[in-house]
Amino acid sequence: MSIIIENVTKYYGSYQALRNIDLEIKSGELVALLGPSGSGKTSLLRIIAGLEQAENGKILFNEENYTHKHVKDRNVGFVFQHYALFRNMTIFDNIAYGLKVRPRKTRPSKEVIEEKVTELLQLVKLEGYKDRYPSQLSGGQRQRVALARALAVEPNVLLLDEPFGALDAKVRKELRRWLRRLHDEFNVTSVFVTHDQEEAMDVADRVVIMNEGKIEQIGTPEEVYDHPENPFVYDFLGSVNLFKGNVHKGKLVTGNVEMNAPGSEDGAGTGYVRAHNFIIEREPAEKDSIASIVDHIHTIGPIVRIEVIRQDTNEPLEIELTKEQYLNLEISKEERVFVRPKELKVFVDFMAGI
Amino acid sequence: MMEHDNSVVAKANHPVIITRNATKEPKSIQWILISIVLLFLTLFLVVPLIAIFVKAFEKGAEAYFAAIAHPDAVAAIKLTLIVVLITLPLNAIFGVVAAWTITKYDFKGKNFLITLIDLPFSVSPVIAGLIFVLLFGLHGTLGPLLQSLDIKVIFSIPGIVIASIFITFPFIARELIPLMQSQGTSEEEASLTLGAGGFKTFWYVTLPNIKWGLLYGIILCNARIIGEFGAVSVVSGHIRGMTNTMPLHIEILYNEYQFSAAFAVASLMSIFAIITLIIKSFIEWKTDFKSTKAR
Repeated sequence: MSIIIENVTKYYGSYQALRNIDLEIKSGELVALLGPSGSGKTSLLRIIAGLEQAENGKILFNEENYTHKHVKDRNVGFVFQHYALFRNMTIFDNIAYGLKVRPRKTRPSKEVIEEKVTELLQLVKLEGYKDRYPSQLSGGQRQRVALARALAVEPNVLLLDEPFGALDAKVRKELRRWLRRLHDEFNVTSVFVTHDQEEAMDVADRVVIMNEGKIEQIGTPEEVYDHPENPFVYDFLGSVNLFKGNVHKGKLVTGNVEMNAPGSEDGAGTGYVRAHNFIIEREPAEKDSIASIVDHIHTIGPIVRIEVIRQDTNEPLEIELTKEQYLNLEISKEERVFVRPKELKVFVDFMAGI
Repeated sequence: MMEHDNSVVAKANHPVIITRNATKEPKSIQWILISIVLLFLTLFLVVPLIAIFVKAFEKGAEAYFAAIAHPDAVAAIKLTLIVVLITLPLNAIFGVVAAWTITKYDFKGKNFLITLIDLPFSVSPVIAGLIFVLLFGLHGTLGPLLQSLDIKVIFSIPGIVIASIFITFPFIARELIPLMQSQGTSEEEASLTLGAGGFKTFWYVTLPNIKWGLLYGIILCNARIIGEFGAVSVVSGHIRGMTNTMPLHIEILYNEYQFSAAFAVASLMSIFAIITLIIKSFIEWKTDFKSTKAR
C-alpha cells in the first residue's frame, strides 16, 4: 500500500516539530527516516500511524484520505523502540491480541488464530517461548515478538520507531538484516525511524534525511551518500572534514592551498571531504597538497584513523586509510606529510561569517 | 613454583571468613533496636487491641452478643455497610478516571488537578463536614432549594455518603497515579494500533496492569470509609437507629457509660480492620511476587 504525505505540519505548543512535509512512499518499499534527535522523524511516523494528529496537511493510504481516520482503523503495524509488549500476557497472547480483539464478525476462529500465531512464532524463531511472559525474554527476542505481533494483523504498512535502538550492537546488526529479509518476503510497505546512518544505509531502499522538522534529501543510500545535496546531509552521513575558504574562478582557496572546485560559484564557500577521500604522501604533488603533522594514529579493525594538523591553519583533519595503505606508507606520529583530497564538494556559504 | 601453588590451594581451602558487613550493626545494637520497636508496638497497638476485647467481654459473652444484636447497633452496622456500598464503587470509578486522565493525557492545569485531589488529605475532617452543612444545611447556600424539592441531605444518609466520598476520594487515585505513570502509555498505543478500541484497550491492557494497585486502593479506601468519624459526625446529626454509623454509635454508647456495649461494637470494627490488614498483606505479597517475577 502506498503512502502519500502532503504538506504535513505539526506543532508541540509553540515548537514546530514538522514543517510542510511532502513525501511519497511507494507500495512495497522499505524507507528509512533518518535524522538527529529532534528532527521530527518520530513525529512523522506517529502521524502516519494515527497516534498523533497533524495540524495541517493530508495523509493518503493508496490515494484514500486517512488524515482523520482513527489509529485503530488504519490497520498499521507499529513497532516501538521499547517493545511495548503486553506485560500481563504470554508471548502467544501478545501475538494473538490483534486478531482476538476484532469484532465478532471479522474475528478468525480459535483454531485459525492458533495456526497463525504458531506460524509467526516459527518466523521469528521463538517456537518454544509461547507460554513465557515478555519479562522472561531478552531485548532482541522481545523485539521479534513485537514484530510478530504487528505482522499478525496483516497490516497495510509496517511502521518501526527506532526498532533496534535499545539493543546491543551485535544483536542490532543481526536483527536489521533479518528485517530486510522479512520485508523482501512479505513485501509490506515499511517505514522505519533511525538516527543510525549505517542502519539506514544497510536496510532501506530509500533514505529520507530529516533535520529540524524538514526533509533535507530523499534518495537511495548511494545517492544520498555520494551526492549529498547540502552541507547538513554531507555532515550527517559519515565523518567529514571542512575547508573554509573562498571560491575564485573554479578554485577553492583555503589557508595557503588551492583546490580544484569546478563549477562552483565565486564567493565564500566550504569544501567538504570525507575522511576516506584523502591521499597521504611524503612529498607535495600539486597545489592542493596540504602540509600537515601527524598527531594521532588509531587502528580500528581494518581501518586506520589518522589525525593530522594542518600546518597553515593549525586545524585538525581526520583521515581514514585502509590498513594496507597505512602499512605501505610507513608513517608515524609527529611526522610531516602532505595530504591531498581525492574528492571535494564545495557548498557556497549561506551563513558566511558565522 | 610448586610450593607457591600449594599455598594458594591451601588458602582457598581455608578462606578467612569476614562476616562483618558494612551496613550491619553489631548484634547488641540490633537487639536494642528490635526491643524498642516491639515495646512500642506492644504498648500502643497490642495492649489497646487486647483491652478492647477484654472490655467487650467484661460482662460475659451474652452481654457482648446482646450489645451487637441491639437494634440501634444493627442499624449502625447496616448504615455503615450502605455507605460503603455507595461510596466505594463511586470512588473506585472516580479514582481510575482521575488517574487515567492525569497519566495518559497532557493538558494545562494538570498539576493543579493533582493538588486538588490531595485536598481531602490536608483538610480536617470536621471542617469537611462543616463545608457540607454550610452548603446543604437548612440555612446553607443550597438549603432552601433542597427544601423546596423536599430533599434531605444533612442529618440523613445522602449527607453521610457525600462526606464519606469527600474524605476518601484521594485514596484510589493516589494509589494509581504513580503506578500508571511508571507504566507509561506505549502498551495502550500498541493496543490501539492493533485495532482495539478504547474500551477493549482499557479492559485487556490497562486494567490487568493496574489491578493489584486498584485493589490495594480499594482496601485502604474501604477501611477509611468504615472508620471515618469527624466529617460524618458533623453531617449525621446522631439520630439513633437512623443516621448513626458504627463509630458514632460507639461514641454514644460510651458517653452513656455503656462501656461493654461500646467496646463490643468497637471489637467488631477491630475485626473488620484485622481482616482488611490480612487482605492488604496478601495483596502486597501478591504484587511483590508479580514484580519479582516481572524482573
